[in-house]
Amino acid sequence: MFMTSLLTITPWPVLSAAILLVLLIAALYLARHTAHQAIHAVTSALARGFRLASHSVAHAEERLAARNREVLLAAGRDAKERMVEREFARIADTTRKDLSSYPDMHRRLSEAIIRIEEDQEKAVEVPPEAPGWAKAVEVIAKLDARNAGAEILADIHKSMVKAHAEAMVDYRKASGERHGLLRKMMPDWRLIQETLGRVNKSVASVIERSLVIDRHMQDYETIVHGEDRALSVLSSSSLVHFFVSMLVLGVATAGAAVNFTLIARPMAEMVGGTNFIGVFRTADIAALVIIMVEISMGLFLMESLRITRLFPVIGALSDKMRVRMIGITFAILLLMASIEAGLAYMREVLLQDELATNALLRSDSTGALVNAHLWITTMAQMGMGFILPFALVFAAIPLETFVHSLRTVLGLMGIGVLRALALILRVLGNGLRHLGTLAERIYDLPLFVPLWIEARLAAAHALPPAIEDESLQEVRP
Amino acid sequence: MNWRLFVGAALLLSACSSTVPHNTGVYLLVDTSGSYNRQVSKAEQIILFALSRLQPLDSFAVARIDTASFSEKNIIAKATFDDRPSTANQQKRAFASRVQKFVDESKAASYTDITGGLLQAIEFLNEKKPGRKEILIFSDMKEELDKGYVRNMPLDFKGFEVVALNVTKLRSDNFDPREYLSRLEAWRVKVEKGGGRWRVVNDLDRLDGLL
Repeated sequence: MFMTSLLTITPWPVLSAAILLVLLIAALYLARHTAHQAIHAVTSALARGFRLASHSVAHAEERLAARNREVLLAAGRDAKERMVEREFARIADTTRKDLSSYPDMHRRLSEAIIRIEEDQEKAVEVPPEAPGWAKAVEVIAKLDARNAGAEILADIHKSMVKAHAEAMVDYRKASGERHGLLRKMMPDWRLIQETLGRVNKSVASVIERSLVIDRHMQDYETIVHGEDRALSVLSSSSLVHFFVSMLVLGVATAGAAVNFTLIARPMAEMVGGTNFIGVFRTADIAALVIIMVEISMGLFLMESLRITRLFPVIGALSDKMRVRMIGITFAILLLMASIEAGLAYMREVLLQDELATNALLRSDSTGALVNAHLWITTMAQMGMGFILPFALVFAAIPLETFVHSLRTVLGLMGIGVLRALALILRVLGNGLRHLGTLAERIYDLPLFVPLWIEARLAAAHALPPAIEDESLQEVRP
Repeated sequence: MNWRLFVGAALLLSACSSTVPHNTGVYLLVDTSGSYNRQVSKAEQIILFALSRLQPLDSFAVARIDTASFSEKNIIAKATFDDRPSTANQQKRAFASRVQKFVDESKAASYTDITGGLLQAIEFLNEKKPGRKEILIFSDMKEELDKGYVRNMPLDFKGFEVVALNVTKLRSDNFDPREYLSRLEAWRVKVEKGGGRWRVVNDLDRLDGLL
């Protein structure tokens, strides 16, 4: 309507449009400088704002990264300290075990060595007596007496043969005794070998442990120094721990769900089957509460055993108090497990009752028949009801890992998000600056005619002084 | 301080717990008049079906339609099932045995006082105050009143669902089906005028959507 009225300023609409266009271009040309300033001011302000926001986010990301680094290093330090502590405890155990038996071992070794020495002395070979007859035979053989020497020699020969036989018997006897003594040494040698073998094993174990400690200590040092390598190792292992613990917690949740199914139905017998708290059945909530209490007891038990360290208060308790706590939590767990086994049995009874009733209502005689092997499922349910609470105790370990690694994972995610946000803000800031320039160019686009004229005029104004200069130069000699 | 906390927690819990009843009240009227008495065994099938569907805290009553149905004496069996499932099962078994006895000993009545039965049903269910109220009528819906019985009155069916089951066709209906249709229409108008919902289920093999 407005446009139509504008086109009627002259009798010819085309002319009216042309006049309007010229007027518009003229107005735009006159406002060009101010418009450019406005566009520049707006886009610059926005770009600066985005750049500031980007700097701020980048700064926050740096702070988060530093904090994450601290958390990671602290967690790594803690884990390494625990490992080294455990290795030292093992070495202490090994040393205590071996040193406690060392006096006894030393005594046995000394006794065995003394026995061996004594036996060895006894087993020394006695050299045979030197023959005394040789010179006498020689002297008699040189005597000049008829046949008298021959008789003497014969007697000597006889005596020598006899003495030789006796010497041989003695020698054999002595050899037998020596062999007996040497045989007696064998158990002592074996004892020494075994004892020394044990010592060797213990020493090797200690050396092995010390090597492990060395390795842990090296890692610990890199962590303490905050080296990037240690940080990257800790970061990746934290991610692995996160996913593994999440998987195990998923399995534990499935176990808890099975547990819930076992006790939810019989709980209706205790708290009623039709009471509701909000939109949830009271029986279901009661069953859930029992499972939650079991998990809590499991957590406390693990804390008291110092397997997990989620509650520093429990870890700081005196040993006496901790032992009491172990006893109490275990007793409660046992009680809960027994109750669950009872409820699982009740579930089977209720199920059979319901099946029988439904069979009666359906006028189905086969439904009322009792399966002969029903006791197997009943026992299995009772067993599951008893075992699952204890199995859920071990969920405390992956839970602790999950909680600890979650901090790191959330930190890493936060860093990623902040980094992406900073990048987006920076890109937006730069983009807006360029957008301002583009907007100025687009503004100038319909003004190309006046701008061209302006450029020509500017060029024309710029030329005359140069010509004047040239003419002056020409005039000068 | 501690007791205040405890009271606060108790109040919060009681506020959370739902006060809206979730239970169902079912009143089944079984027509025993004339030739329809032969259909009573079919009614047993429906009663057992209803028993299998009902949950703890639900109320169920089975009453006979005869010459004078507006009476507690006409109630054959009634029960509000216990909160504990095992006790509810026992009640259902006892209920089924009472119904079985009724089916075995049922005798044909001379007249059919459906309105009286409906009045009794409304009274019973209103007393029980269930979350959902359902009146099932196992009848041919042909009302025949004895002399002196006044049943020409408006009925308050607000919050009730009235389901006519196994509405058999009479011999006269075969001659003129309009009679059958007008009979059902009259009942529909009566129930809906009273603020209730009306439904007819003739196929007893398709009772799944009943409760």
